[in-house]
Amino acid sequence: MALAEDSGKGRVRASLPPWIKTTILTIGSIAMTMLGLLFVTFIIGRVMPIDPVLAIVGERASQSTYDAVFLELGLDKPLIVQFGYYIWDVLHLDFGTSLLNARPVSEDIARVFPATLELATLGIIIGIVIGVPLGVVAAARKGSWIDQVARVLALVGYSMPIFWLGLMGLLIFYGILGWVGGPGRVGIFYVDVVPSVTGLILVDAALDGNWDVFKNAFSHIILPASLLGYFSLAYISRMTRSFMLEQLSAEYITTARVKGMSEWDVIWKHAFKNTRVQLITVIALSYANLLEGSVLTEIIFSWPGIGSYITTALLSADMNAVLGGTVVVGLIFILLNILSDLLYRVFDPRAK
Amino acid sequence: MNTFARLLSGAAIGLAVSVTSFAAVAETPANMLVIAHRIDDITTIDPAESFEFAGSDISRNVYGRLVSLDPNDLAAGYKPDLATSWEVSEDGKTITFTMREGVTFHSGNPVTAEDAAFSLQRAVILNKTPAFILTQFGFTAENATETIRAEGNKLMITTDKRYATSFVLNCLTATIGAIVDKETVMANEVDGDMGNEWLKTNSAGSGPYKLDSWKPNESVTMSSNPDYYGGAPAMERVIVRHVLESASQRLLLERGDIDIARNLNPEDIAGAAQADGVTIEDELKGRLMYIALNQKHPELSKPEVRQAFKYLIDYEGMRDSFLKGQYTIHQNFLPATYLGASEENPFSYNIEKAKELLAAAGVEDLEIEIGVREAQERIEIGQSFQNAAAQAGITVNITVGTAKQILARYRARELDVYLGAWGPDYPDPQTNAGTFAYNPDNSDEANATGLLAWRNSWDTGGLTEKVDAAVVENDRDMRIQMYKDIQAEFRETSPFVIMFQQIEQSALRDNVTNWSTGQAVTSAAYWQVTK
Repeated sequence: MALAEDSGKGRVRASLPPWIKTTILTIGSIAMTMLGLLFVTFIIGRVMPIDPVLAIVGERASQSTYDAVFLELGLDKPLIVQFGYYIWDVLHLDFGTSLLNARPVSEDIARVFPATLELATLGIIIGIVIGVPLGVVAAARKGSWIDQVARVLALVGYSMPIFWLGLMGLLIFYGILGWVGGPGRVGIFYVDVVPSVTGLILVDAALDGNWDVFKNAFSHIILPASLLGYFSLAYISRMTRSFMLEQLSAEYITTARVKGMSEWDVIWKHAFKNTRVQLITVIALSYANLLEGSVLTEIIFSWPGIGSYITTALLSADMNAVLGGTVVVGLIFILLNILSDLLYRVFDPRAK
Repeated sequence: MNTFARLLSGAAIGLAVSVTSFAAVAETPANMLVIAHRIDDITTIDPAESFEFAGSDISRNVYGRLVSLDPNDLAAGYKPDLATSWEVSEDGKTITFTMREGVTFHSGNPVTAEDAAFSLQRAVILNKTPAFILTQFGFTAENATETIRAEGNKLMITTDKRYATSFVLNCLTATIGAIVDKETVMANEVDGDMGNEWLKTNSAGSGPYKLDSWKPNESVTMSSNPDYYGGAPAMERVIVRHVLESASQRLLLERGDIDIARNLNPEDIAGAAQADGVTIEDELKGRLMYIALNQKHPELSKPEVRQAFKYLIDYEGMRDSFLKGQYTIHQNFLPATYLGASEENPFSYNIEKAKELLAAAGVEDLEIEIGVREAQERIEIGQSFQNAAAQAGITVNITVGTAKQILARYRARELDVYLGAWGPDYPDPQTNAGTFAYNPDNSDEANATGLLAWRNSWDTGGLTEKVDAAVVENDRDMRIQMYKDIQAEFRETSPFVIMFQQIEQSALRDNVTNWSTGQAVTSAAYWQVTK
């Protein structure tokens, strides 16, 4: 009987469909990663030399006011207990209230994340649309002028300080030429003109059919997005060139050429097709980096995104906001990883 | 962004601007004021709790007070606002205010003495950080309803003892003196918080502007109150945009997309001053930069050593170099523009004089630690002082740390020397006299961390009593003289080397008139601005 029960259990385990096993493993992996992320951030937040109590009460508060806020924040409890409370709240989707602006952190993130999402998405589109073809052509015409241009572009993209390029961009295209809008997501006359549905101004303006707001928002986003796009394309084009060179030196390419296949087909239908899996990782990483928020770009362009939100919170010891922002950024990384895995399965038959 | 980056970007922009010209300059609408400002210090806009600069700007324009300061005539001191007159009882402890008739809150509710009583009681009962501005008059959560009460159109406040009327009224012009709409606030009360949670992000005032929105780190939007008793403001809409970077503020200003840039660094001020259509306005603010010597240190407590340190500061050298345009020399604890402020600045950079004083004190080979918070200008002042002290034979070791590290040691009386800044809390001389020159109990057990004199273990040698006397003096001229006398003695005997007073430089489009950041005594006002 015992044996039968044991074997029965074994059958149940063995009969689990693979997708359920994959799902359980994925969820387990996400949970462990998030727990680790929260733990590390929480500990860093507690040991860093910024006093959250002083941040709230100010330098000249009396000792009794200081002590009252110290207790109110639960800072008298052991670290592990504080962490336990925090995890419990996060499980209830409660990131707490920002210590500094008294608003729920989830509301703040819902306000700042769409700004970053909009900027990063446009940035990565620019990066892909220009960076991938540039990398492919640079590899196909190795040593040619276009290859040299691509390499210089990549080098400049890596070495030029982003704040300097941003300020120069603003000075030239906004200050001198007047082609684009200045700092901020939208001109002052268009603030709060369209109802916020998604938080993405371009999308909200389109949904509202208000094309004046759309044009104005586009004129504000195009410069910072191009700047981020440029830094992405520097990385994407360099990696694409490297992947393509590897493929173009493979024997199957020589075979294809010997068979008389056109150079276009050789490059795009054979060589490029085989770089897609690697490119997905590169693009996903670039996109994730942009979604973290580019702090300097956000500062220069007065873009109220998640990067400057987390940085300001960190410098102000607003740990609820820091932890909330970190959870969101961590989730983005994890989701993009999962997306990459899924795309691998689509593009790489060996992964199926 | 670090100094190098700032200089690089400033230089690059300066160069580019000098060889080219801007595209056609835009202009904001004639009835709208657009300001670029760093507003990331706003943590709450509840006047019972708000204690930051940008938050005080909102409060000043949104809330009325019993008495307030006129931005066009700050030197005149407090004037009637929601109270039209006041009378002081014979014993000097009760002030009876007569409320202005016919004034309404933005909600439409009438402003009454009951609202005024509620507002002050609420601030005392909530006991948030700025509550000490009121509780120093003896108001407590327990006695608030008896000591602050309304009767008909009158509001009576009774202090625990006689104080100078100007002291009490000056305190009522501070943010915490704002009168809130009781009905609206209490309609939003949660768990007995007297509407605190709601008022942190909303407003219930009767001032010249209504708050439309505050988006943290993004913007503050206000629209004019057409029913304001003082007349509807010329600027129908005010937008304060959070722009962190100085160069971005300058570009916006020079393009004409904003009217006022409030946080330009010295390089951008110099550049903007050359631009067409831009003017620069300076106003003295309340922040003082000072060095304090811990009197627990056996050498630093000698009177000659305290004097010597006052000659080891290169006041003019710093003012004319890295502090240019940002600070002016000021050697008194009351900032210029305050009641009783002194313009005497007797100390100058004099190494030989310092050496003589140190020799007279028998001090040789002195080595001390100075604690400095990690702010560029403070570190540079520390380094300048270090060089000067070395010439007088004093080794100064600079410890740079975060606010938590340095302030914790300062408050615990552990630092030899502290280099830092202090800003007044309310527009009365007592605010600084009561911390720099007041220390009734110098023992460690007193733990009076809020008093700068205590933090430096300084028994003020009779100044405490003089401060006590000045705070109850009702004759305005006499009171002014008392503070001048206290400061004269303080300059000579105290262990504080007060060096500089902050200047705020605003860059404006040249069509903006009547702009005021409130000098040292108050905050920015928008209702008198015209274009």
